[in-house]
Amino acid sequence: MSMPFYVPPEQMMKDRADFARKGISRGRALIAAQCAEGILIVAENPSKTLRKISEIYDRIAFAGVGKYNEFDQLRMLGVRQADLTGFQYARRDVEARSLVNQYAQAIGHEFTSGAKPLEVEILVAEVGDEQSGDRLFHITYDGTVLDEHRFSVIGGDAEAVLARITENAPSDESLRATLRSAVAALAGAERTLGSADIEVALLARAGRRRRFERLTVDNVADLLA
Amino acid sequence: MTVPMFAPENDPGSSFMQLLKATGIDPFGQAAGDLEVPHGTTCVALRFVDGVVIAGDRRATAGHLIRSKNMDKVVQADEFSGVAISGAAGPAVEMIKLFQLQLEHYEKMEGHPLSLEGKANQLSFMIRNNLPAAMQGLAVLPLFAGFEPRDGTGHIWDFDMTGGRYEEREFVAIGSGSLHAGTVIKVGWRSTLDSSAAVALACRALWEAAEADSATGGPDLLRGIYPVVATITSNGWVSVPDADLEVTFRAIEDEVKTR
Repeated sequence: MSMPFYVPPEQMMKDRADFARKGISRGRALIAAQCAEGILIVAENPSKTLRKISEIYDRIAFAGVGKYNEFDQLRMLGVRQADLTGFQYARRDVEARSLVNQYAQAIGHEFTSGAKPLEVEILVAEVGDEQSGDRLFHITYDGTVLDEHRFSVIGGDAEAVLARITENAPSDESLRATLRSAVAALAGAERTLGSADIEVALLARAGRRRRFERLTVDNVADLLA
Repeated sequence: MTVPMFAPENDPGSSFMQLLKATGIDPFGQAAGDLEVPHGTTCVALRFVDGVVIAGDRRATAGHLIRSKNMDKVVQADEFSGVAISGAAGPAVEMIKLFQLQLEHYEKMEGHPLSLEGKANQLSFMIRNNLPAAMQGLAVLPLFAGFEPRDGTGHIWDFDMTGGRYEEREFVAIGSGSLHAGTVIKVGWRSTLDSSAAVALACRALWEAAEADSATGGPDLLRGIYPVVATITSNGWVSVPDADLEVTFRAIEDEVKTR
């Protein structure tokens, strides 16, 4: 009878974390930022059909980086969970916090006992009536949940991007200034990103029931001009 | 509650109804027979040059009693479509709620909305699913109207109890007052109707239905309760405000006085 090699749990977790981190660091970063108009989410994404940012529910948006098929699965899971909760109870009973806990459970479970950890990081944003009611939840590949404020950056080179946007913070809280800062932070000193290279969505603070809206390329070009 | 995860062979895809079945929440239960439940009545929809008008009275009846004066039988389904119901109020309201959710669920899962015909088809599945309850007296008969941005025109459908789906070219009237309302529209309908003429014609049809049918409510000028009237065009769903409806119905009143 063969005996499996003993691997200490520390080593196993480290290997899994390294594996997940490597997958995530290959992708481009994504920024969510609070502004006066709502929560702005900007991702570097040249594709106009494979989305990184999408709608979950009335006030809740989802963004993912890493392996597309894995975070898209998580996105669909979130839409299903939110629509089921809203159907069984009421629309206002759908909250980002409970959704985030369920995401953390699912991703954490996959990290410790799945065949391989998910190579994704996700962001769940919920817009409030006031800026103090906004929520930015960042969930890492091992299921750790971080409750972030003002800016949240996920994906490859996230620390550098976060440092850039914190240093070079928007001049005011307007959508235009926030978008410009975010795009500059994503690009860094050596590159420039145009409106066709990025995907932009806004969770509007006021307006219709469904607050999620995508900004078109022309829209973004106007704001950046 | 845990997150809904499915094996590939059981995956409900972008259908919210399949998702409900897969998670054990089946909204189409069996009903007991011969219940005295509230019923909703007359609704109409007609096409005009820029799109469609959809309208319905506000009365719900249970037998000979008026159960509600301000029921909303005409509701927005999504940005470019609306649905109106006649039949048992409870299952109808539930069906509309499910229908609205299905359209939104599909749009979120797939990243783009269903075509207008796809939406009408979804509604016909729901009516067919409700057939066992319909056989026991809880029939729900909706009409569906909307604007298809892809071809730039409005479309209207009516349905039968088995889920049969029929697209109409001019107008649809459903419910107990449909004979009277339908006749009014049939006489007044022209292919050149504009938005305000179409709204006026729909109001006129509901007025005549309310005069002839006890289960159809007229405008309640005393309490300011008016039928729900909306237009659906390239601008999406727009409800006609009560102030405008008051003017329209006052004009009908004045015209009736001169007869």
